[in-house]
Amino acid sequence: MTLNQQRKLKTFLTGLFAWTVALVLFFPIFWMFITSFKTELQAISVPPSLFFEPTLDNFRIVQERSDYIHHAWNSVVTSFGSTIIALIIAIPAAYSMAFFPGKKTKDILLWMLSTKMLPAVGVLVPIYILCRDYGLLDSKTALVIIFTLMNLPIIVWMLFSYFKDLPKEILEAARMDGATPWDEVVKVVLPLSVGAISSTALLSIVLCWNEAFWSLNLTASDAAPLTAMIASYSSPEGLFWAKLSAASTLACAPIVIFGWFCQKQLVQGLTFGAVK
Amino acid sequence: MKRSITRLLMAPSVIMLLVWMIIPLSMTIYFSTIRYNLLYPGQNNFVGWMNFEFFITDPGFIPAVSNTLILLLSVLIITVVLGVMLSALIDKPFFGQGIVRVLLISPFFIMPTVNALIWKNMMMNPVYGIFAWISESLGFEPIDWLSSYPLMSVIIMVSWQWLPFAILVFVTALQSQDTEQKEAAQMDGATGWHIFRYLTIPHLARPIAVVVMIETIFLLAVFAEIFVSTGGGPGYDSTNLAYLIYNQALLQYDVGVASAGGLFAVLLANIVAFFLIRAVGKNLTV
Repeated sequence: MTLNQQRKLKTFLTGLFAWTVALVLFFPIFWMFITSFKTELQAISVPPSLFFEPTLDNFRIVQERSDYIHHAWNSVVTSFGSTIIALIIAIPAAYSMAFFPGKKTKDILLWMLSTKMLPAVGVLVPIYILCRDYGLLDSKTALVIIFTLMNLPIIVWMLFSYFKDLPKEILEAARMDGATPWDEVVKVVLPLSVGAISSTALLSIVLCWNEAFWSLNLTASDAAPLTAMIASYSSPEGLFWAKLSAASTLACAPIVIFGWFCQKQLVQGLTFGAVK
Repeated sequence: MKRSITRLLMAPSVIMLLVWMIIPLSMTIYFSTIRYNLLYPGQNNFVGWMNFEFFITDPGFIPAVSNTLILLLSVLIITVVLGVMLSALIDKPFFGQGIVRVLLISPFFIMPTVNALIWKNMMMNPVYGIFAWISESLGFEPIDWLSSYPLMSVIIMVSWQWLPFAILVFVTALQSQDTEQKEAAQMDGATGWHIFRYLTIPHLARPIAVVVMIETIFLLAVFAEIFVSTGGGPGYDSTNLAYLIYNQALLQYDVGVASAGGLFAVLLANIVAFFLIRAVGKNLTV
């Protein structure tokens, strides 16, 4: 075998291996998707059937029974709402820490991250009781507030690590030309970091969309986002696999497709830009 | 620039996080010292350490702590070891790399409740599941995963979700590895293993630290997977701290004991964070 052939074989084997791993890891999602088009009988057939006449009945039944649109709307409102609020609060903070660092900046950042280490169960009871007393149980308001605070540390960190890498000279030049701090942020920093801000926003939206602890414990039906709707399929209706799959496909499809388009930014974002 | 303005810009974030941390935490501390059962309102007398005693002597306590730690460590080991190996193997150009990337990361976007339902039903069901079908085709008895190996089932579900994240971080990191260095090592007769051990692994130290830190934050709080799939059972076999506290507070209405448990979870998270920061902190810079 020539060296060239050897190299080709190696590439082929690498590809084969990579595809196998990817397909094995993706299989459960593929299977969920396929099952959602089956009848209930086909869904539990042994051996599993791969070729069948697809039906859309399951999707119709899911919408009729648990009002998918209603829960999807709750997911959209809570994840986009809290992301926008968190960005508005975080951008000034990250800006001031990145461009005017003090002695305590590093400590403040680490402290912020440490609030993420505080396990949610540690404060479940008081939050539950506060929500009950203020009539916020099963309300979107409560979820938006909690999601905002939950992601705020990560958002500040991500924005900080992007802002930090912006060339300081540009800001100085702007200041020489008489720009106020407000101008600096709005006309210089923000336009330069559109990419960074959008990938931060994407990550926050994904984390909110998939958040399950607070949405399972604080909502019942009115404000229940998709994570909570799906949990209601766990038992005993869980035995209706085709409907379960249809509901799951509907719940995950928006965020998975969304994620496919921005996976690269997401990984960079979630590692605080530490991995490039 | 004007100190006051920078402070002012930071204030909203800092104040909100302080409030978010201090108010619920002090309420938890207060509740943990009184008798507080939602079924018996009005009998909220001070009881000192009694709630802590109840929580620690609860038959679920020891299993919950050990399950929490086993879950954390197993998933960390599985995702980091497999992640490093797989990413080193696929870090070369091949046909359809873009699609493979997209397929690989997908499980990371699946919500935990759906994750648990797919695995519980379609994969692990002892009669109709894919695993049962595979083992029967191979001539083995199908395994009832959720009742025979509940904790391992949860570990599989959680690893499935986080392995893609690890692989993607490592692949991204490997792309910045110095190829000249690798080629030079090859020239000098280094084997594939030597290159992996002495060049790739050190290069990955920082990404590994990042993955371990982020996963730990989320793994200590695993809840939905257990809630949906095993319900903590059978017995306490797959109950972790988060689930045990949820059980005390919202199923048994005992706020006092649940609060004591919550404080214990905070303590455990701090211990883990302490060791974690010591172990991986030197690889992280602000």
